[in-house]
Amino acid sequence: MITLPLETAAHPEQLRRVVIEPLSRVEGHGKVTLLLDEDGHVQQARLHIVEFRAFEKFIQGRPYWEVPVMVQRLCGICPVSHHLAACKALDQVVGATTLTPTAEKIRRLMHYGQILQSHALHFFHLSSPDLLFGFGSDLARRNIVGVAAAYPDVARQGVLLRRYGQEVIRHTAGKRIHGTGSVPGGVNKSLTAAERDELQKDIYQMIAWSRDAVRLVRQLFEQDLETYRSFGTFAARTLSLVRADGAMDLYHGGLRAKHADGGTIFDHVDYGHYWEQISEEVKAWSYMKFPYLRALGHEDGWYRVGPLTRVTRCDFIPTPLADRERREFMAFDDGRAAQSTLGFHWARMIEMLHAAEAIKDLLHDGDLLGTDLMAGGKRQARGVGVIEAPRGTLIHHYRVDESDQVVRANLIVSTTHNNHAMNIAIREVARKYLDGRTLTEGLLNHIEVAVRAFDPCLSCATHAVGRMPLSVQLLEADGSVADALVRG
Amino acid sequence: MSVAPTLVFAVGNLSRGDDAVGPLLAERLATAAVPGVEVLVDFQLQVEHALDLAGRERVIFVDACVDAEAPFVERPVVADTGFAHTSHSLAPAQVLETYRRVTGSEPPAALLFGVRAHSFELGAGLSPDTERASQAAWPRLLELCCR
Repeated sequence: MITLPLETAAHPEQLRRVVIEPLSRVEGHGKVTLLLDEDGHVQQARLHIVEFRAFEKFIQGRPYWEVPVMVQRLCGICPVSHHLAACKALDQVVGATTLTPTAEKIRRLMHYGQILQSHALHFFHLSSPDLLFGFGSDLARRNIVGVAAAYPDVARQGVLLRRYGQEVIRHTAGKRIHGTGSVPGGVNKSLTAAERDELQKDIYQMIAWSRDAVRLVRQLFEQDLETYRSFGTFAARTLSLVRADGAMDLYHGGLRAKHADGGTIFDHVDYGHYWEQISEEVKAWSYMKFPYLRALGHEDGWYRVGPLTRVTRCDFIPTPLADRERREFMAFDDGRAAQSTLGFHWARMIEMLHAAEAIKDLLHDGDLLGTDLMAGGKRQARGVGVIEAPRGTLIHHYRVDESDQVVRANLIVSTTHNNHAMNIAIREVARKYLDGRTLTEGLLNHIEVAVRAFDPCLSCATHAVGRMPLSVQLLEADGSVADALVRG
Repeated sequence: MSVAPTLVFAVGNLSRGDDAVGPLLAERLATAAVPGVEVLVDFQLQVEHALDLAGRERVIFVDACVDAEAPFVERPVVADTGFAHTSHSLAPAQVLETYRRVTGSEPPAALLFGVRAHSFELGAGLSPDTERASQAAWPRLLELCCR
């Protein structure tokens, strides 16, 4: 098995173990383990994610038409992405190779609503405390309440952007959660004129706030350029969907993979045969698989997905304000911001602006009120749906038998695509900020800042009271507790 | 537009074992159609849910609870002015604080109605213990809503 620097220590039994479990502001079950030698030098750093491999079992044996609703229960954070990816796969099963214009535009509207609300939550609620106050700043202040006190407009805009995106989802999916709006072959409702008018009222405000958010991230870079340029930064190959003309397209396109220097690995590949390009490796120390590009092998073929990849690897963004911001981002600091891990935040806000602009365009398209909702064709036994979810490329793959039951399912979620890249990021941070130093909450938060840049969703849709404490324990090699930090 | 004075906000995922107990109780409550009570359900509490509190006299959060005495607990909830870390979702006290910060007003009186939960496997139904807890909790929840 291939191991990388800081992935596996030579003599782990002789080292001190630090466990950060679970990661705060990261969904579900995740932990980071660091092994330190006697002098406090980091010898091993790993991100562990307990992924629920029961996804496929959950789906297998079900009638295919239930799947778009069921898969929303896989994740309480991005249910709409699973809903749409499943429908795209099952469109092929029902032979709907081309959707009606109304169906495709309603789905796109739903998807952009999801992108808008998800990105707003991540930036304003989860990441802005670190970015506005500093990664190691006073813990009592480094939270959304602190942001609300110091930057009341920022906090308020975050909530209202989020609510607007949820309203888009409600109108297109039919209800707040467990929506049924998208179905194999199309959609079961379009917008009424009243719904469209309601959404039109606030969309220009959403565009303005999104633009302000892009500029806020730029200011953060300008204020501390060295940190933002280098924090957890590494060269990465990338994977994303792009439209046939190279434009960013978060709903549909061909697969594009690039080397770290921008050279093409493959481009405009039909995702219907994604397994010819992507494979998954299992490592003994992690529950989650490590995908890689077959052409490069499992040692060199890992890659990064998500906003930073999409914004920097598309040829252009097909809405004017977002594309202008993309060009400024790409040029900033001689292109180094576009390669930095914290560039995720800047790219995420550019995508939020793009989503707001795309929603505006769709709300002025008469097809949204159309009545031709469904398409069909020759039945197929297999379907693959790929979508650019808020956190990155999401693959749904189903095989359906003659009695309409799903007999095989394979899902690769964006957090799985980014598994290797996130491990690289925490090793970079551990090496630079933690090595040889006395560990404090502020220093350990640097690890979390690196993970949060990717906005991983750890596939846990449960949220029971009392389940999410954060404890950090420093253990000696014999397992005894040397020190502990508790946050809650 | 006027809103119902009492909001019951149930949190949970129907396909994650005992996490479903909140939505299942909410379903019963919606069927009971108690006057003056609006029932909302979501997977998790999020920042925008603070806006659902506007105009309410009280809010009851119904959720699965792993640190409760069986069968259920009732805990007053006050805005958490010092919450430091969250995940993608919020605790009820954090929703109240978000409401205060966003609107500049005091949030409505709030109660957490937590039903003892045990397991959260994907695709599983309620565990027998939580099923019993849910049955025991229902009359009390209805009584609270009818006050």
